[in-house]
Amino acid sequence: MKRTLQLSGLEPLIITDESNFINIGERTNVAGSKKFRRLIKDGDYQEALKIAREQIEGGAKIIDINMDDGLIDGKKAMVHFLHLISSEPEICKVPIMIDSSKWEILEAGLQCVQGKCIVNSISLKEGEDEFIKYATKIKRYGAAVVVMAFDEVGQADSLDRRIEICKRSYEVLVEKVGFPANDIIFDPNIFPVATGMDEHNLNALDFFQATEWISQNLPGAQVSGGLSNVSFSFRGNNLVREAMHSAFLFHAIKAGMKLGIVNPSQLEIYDSIEPELLTRVEDVLLFRRKDATERLLEYAQEVKGDNKEKIKKLDKWREESLEERITHSLVKGIDDFIEKDALEALEKHGKALDVIEGPLLNGMKVVGKLFGAGKMFLPQVVKSARVMKKGVATLLPFMEDGDDDVQRKAGTLVLATVKGDVHDIGKNIVKVVLSCNNYEVIDLGVMVPANKILKAAKEHNADAIGLSGLITPSLDEMVFLAQEMERHNFDIPLLIGGATTSKAHTAVKIFPEYKNPVVHVADASLAVTTLSTLLSKKDSPSFVQKLNDQHTLIRDRYLNNEKSKQFIPIAIARKNKFQIDWKEDDINVPNKLGVHILKNFSLEVLERYIDWTPFFQSWQLFGRFPKILSDKTVGEEAHRLYSDARQMLTGLVKEKRLHAHGVFGLFPANSLENDCIEIYDPKSQDTQINKLITLRQQSEKKKGNKYFALSDYIAPKSTGFKDYMGCFAVCIEGADEIASQYEKELDDYKSIMVKALADRLAEAFAEYLHERIRRIEWGFSGGEQLSNEDLIREKYQGIRPAPGYPACPDHSEKIRIFELLDAEKNIGIKLTESLAMHPGAAVSGYYFSHPEARYFGLGKIDFDQVNSYAKSMEITIEEAKKTLSVLLPSSTD
Amino acid sequence: MKKIDEILKERILVLDGAMGTMIQKYKLGEADFRGDRFKDFHLDLKGNNDLLSITRPDIIGAIHEEYLAVGADIIETNTFSSTTIGMADYELEKVAYELNVKSARIAREAADKYTALTPKKPRFVAGSIGPTNRTASMSPDVNSPAFRAINFDQLRTAYKEQIEGLIEGGVDLLLIETIFDTLNAKAALFACEEVFEEIGFKLPIMISGTITDASGRLLSGQTPEAFLISVNHIPLLSFGLNCALGAAEMEPYLQQVSRISNSAICAYPNAGLPNAFGEYDQSANEFSEEVESFLELGLINIIGGCCGTKPQHIKLLSELAEKYKPRNITAW
Repeated sequence: MKRTLQLSGLEPLIITDESNFINIGERTNVAGSKKFRRLIKDGDYQEALKIAREQIEGGAKIIDINMDDGLIDGKKAMVHFLHLISSEPEICKVPIMIDSSKWEILEAGLQCVQGKCIVNSISLKEGEDEFIKYATKIKRYGAAVVVMAFDEVGQADSLDRRIEICKRSYEVLVEKVGFPANDIIFDPNIFPVATGMDEHNLNALDFFQATEWISQNLPGAQVSGGLSNVSFSFRGNNLVREAMHSAFLFHAIKAGMKLGIVNPSQLEIYDSIEPELLTRVEDVLLFRRKDATERLLEYAQEVKGDNKEKIKKLDKWREESLEERITHSLVKGIDDFIEKDALEALEKHGKALDVIEGPLLNGMKVVGKLFGAGKMFLPQVVKSARVMKKGVATLLPFMEDGDDDVQRKAGTLVLATVKGDVHDIGKNIVKVVLSCNNYEVIDLGVMVPANKILKAAKEHNADAIGLSGLITPSLDEMVFLAQEMERHNFDIPLLIGGATTSKAHTAVKIFPEYKNPVVHVADASLAVTTLSTLLSKKDSPSFVQKLNDQHTLIRDRYLNNEKSKQFIPIAIARKNKFQIDWKEDDINVPNKLGVHILKNFSLEVLERYIDWTPFFQSWQLFGRFPKILSDKTVGEEAHRLYSDARQMLTGLVKEKRLHAHGVFGLFPANSLENDCIEIYDPKSQDTQINKLITLRQQSEKKKGNKYFALSDYIAPKSTGFKDYMGCFAVCIEGADEIASQYEKELDDYKSIMVKALADRLAEAFAEYLHERIRRIEWGFSGGEQLSNEDLIREKYQGIRPAPGYPACPDHSEKIRIFELLDAEKNIGIKLTESLAMHPGAAVSGYYFSHPEARYFGLGKIDFDQVNSYAKSMEITIEEAKKTLSVLLPSSTD
Repeated sequence: MKKIDEILKERILVLDGAMGTMIQKYKLGEADFRGDRFKDFHLDLKGNNDLLSITRPDIIGAIHEEYLAVGADIIETNTFSSTTIGMADYELEKVAYELNVKSARIAREAADKYTALTPKKPRFVAGSIGPTNRTASMSPDVNSPAFRAINFDQLRTAYKEQIEGLIEGGVDLLLIETIFDTLNAKAALFACEEVFEEIGFKLPIMISGTITDASGRLLSGQTPEAFLISVNHIPLLSFGLNCALGAAEMEPYLQQVSRISNSAICAYPNAGLPNAFGEYDQSANEFSEEVESFLELGLINIIGGCCGTKPQHIKLLSELAEKYKPRNITAW
């Protein structure tokens, strides 16, 4: 059974197996917060509301409200507070947990809340009849329920008793009350450990095991608990308590606990717990040794009185030397103090430039070093850069003439995304990383023509040029730029980067065109070392020599390979095409032929279709989502990045700052023997309105293997059956504007983030639209029911190949798609001269519905297919060669 | 006779159109509303449309028949405001129960007549349960945000009486509609369950929320998905949206709810947005063109009209309903 606990405030909260741990705020509990208790007692509800708001801002996804106190009229206070919350959208957006030991208060609370809340708690304590009575009412109020492991005999204090009571409670709820299993949350009692009493030794371990048992044996049910109890015997020793909380949480989550009442400020990061302390804490929690308690007590004695020290430690870095403080701010990405510290440094050093090149740059060098050593991750570096920029901005008004002395810079790089290409996330990351390392980066932006790049390089006396591009036509533009550099007698290195670039392409195609160093930089983290080596008088010659040797080797090997690569004639390949046994019944007639537009489509819907894995890739964090969030090395940073991304995304969606537009068309179509697909008018059905040319695999395969082309998936005209195909284009508009606003605010982190999110939304739109096509508009798989995970893994019928990708690498096919859809007029996407789509967050492609349609890689093609292509396109062979250049085997000229 | 949940799997059902708009056509005066029974009543009664079920049952019956004649599968009782809370404005709390019984009987009679005429197309009566004119989640006074003009128990009691009356009068379904505050709806659902427990059987429940503006939320602030989660603890025959918006404006929200709901989807938008005089003047053709998009997208199981829609509108809807397949309830 799928575990989903669905709750709501003004907004939904759906808890699934994949969800992260849900933190329940405990500050609005008179037993959990002295301050809150005082405020309620004094009737200062305005201040009490602030506490609720703060804990939501601090990350609580649910708030627990408890008014049980001898000096407070609990029912009245509960109702009044819940009424006030209802008019605070920032608070009542989250679900509420109504917490009381009195049924009267619970019921009064249930009558005030419109969303689906949680009742905390009921149990078998007063017998089955009472339990059933309350549970029936709670169900009728539409709330979920926390069930304590408590029965007529008492509170469960062993594993067996926990299991016995939870099992019985579950059975009564599900079978006798008809309570939805998904709405049951067990609290199997978190009790103190290391109390010195032997019967408490297994308290934590029993909880973990009970949690695991519940997760495996009571389908649908969740586990929750109040964390602070476990460390009860170490009151006053926050260092130990925090470590205990974190370690407990770590093991409880592993066992299946999804929710918990936790005070985030009383949590140490698991990986940051001092190893000796962690060992001793885990010895206690898991009862790994008999003397575990003594050993933890010993440790606790040593660090006693740490309470104050610990608080000091938090801000202790503020007491260190000015230089260390600046470095700390930069490394940790804290921007609260940098302005103050920069001004203090100005007073000390006298000259603004000395501050920038002294303490600020030294701090950035530390960042660079940590990044290079893999101890910091890209999102952190980008945040460091944000602090740096803020520091520099503070000092700029104090700069004197002549201060912009570039000699002291590590070097100057002119950076650009080449003509015809609009993708710049990677380029911007390189810019940030290099800026952090004292390089001056002249960023020329996107779609920059070669002459402008060369002009800028001369003007700024650049030490190197860096080019970036994402689509294959950009490769040619890079070759062109190398030729131009050669022609204009440049002598500075050329750096190549971007998703389609490769060491092989650089070696084979660019390297021969320019006699000075050409280096392929595989990822942003290598940019600094590469550039510094190239610019170092000492290291450069040997590096360049090695590089050239390597390039020559790769090139020779590649060309030899190419020579030995065997093609079969296109005519033979066509005979061995992928054969489908066409029957008229197998053809799916679309429900909705013709071109249809979706303007300003709901971003809320698209949000759900996002595949996050590539998002992390764009920040150079590698691993599959959501596993990456718990990855040992990058998990913590991935988590932070993800929560920043979600927050920004929520804002963008809510304020409708991005706009999603899409257009799709479904048309009658037939394939021809020359691998073309004729597209017909949806109305008259027989009038040809366009023609697509698909390319066929030609590299020789083992006997019996098929040579694929996309046209194989469309019924041949000769069958006499009318078949169908579709195409689409979607885009997310608005990201560039927001990104440049952030750039103006010196916030590269957010600027990169918004573009990365727009890219994800565009992909999500393509995924959504494909699903809608399958189910409704074309309707060939109406009953399909797939999770987002299944969609990402492409478990559906039919394919949606996109030009530029392996099955159809020819980007010029976009021209036909845009013609068919009138995409520029209908939704405002433009094609650049290099056939990149603008805005960059865009996807276009085809739809094929046949159940046997599969993705494949075209590979290289031979010249006889180019001739055929030229004939079909009615262009010259030379033109065809140019269009298909990257698909042709390299000549050895 | 087939049960409604079975029929819903086979075809799109048509709900009727506006009652108020139709009553206006009769240009009734104070005397019509009073009838014999209330001729000496101390307050003006004109505008108390629900009261016509007692004083002019002929008109209410005729309106039901007009909708049945153009193909409505489900008609709504004339009881949108027939609770003690709704009748308090006219000091007619005492007739609330009677209104529900009476209205249900009028609708029952009309529906049975048409079921007999077209046995293959059985007609159903849905007991209309309106939101009342008070809200349990919001204060009417901005200066005292904790104040409430009504509480859950008062709503629950009033709804319970209404539901008992509707069931006595013979309705097939209960339609909790035009929900702008989920807490009110939850009180109605609570009352339904209480009544079901007492009578020993259940009626199918339809839920219909109202999104008031471009914020895409209920008046009480919930998103459609949060709203669905809040009322999903009781098995629903249908979930959906009505009123406040025209079909075109409703479409994006309908897509959202259609995606997440595992019950049938019901929609009955207004005839466009009100013009400068507060009137709904969207023609039947325009209306059905906009609604057709819902059906094309496969979003719908039950379709009807709210404010401003008339038999012409419903006639076109029932033609449309025959052309399209219903939304696949289990697949979504």
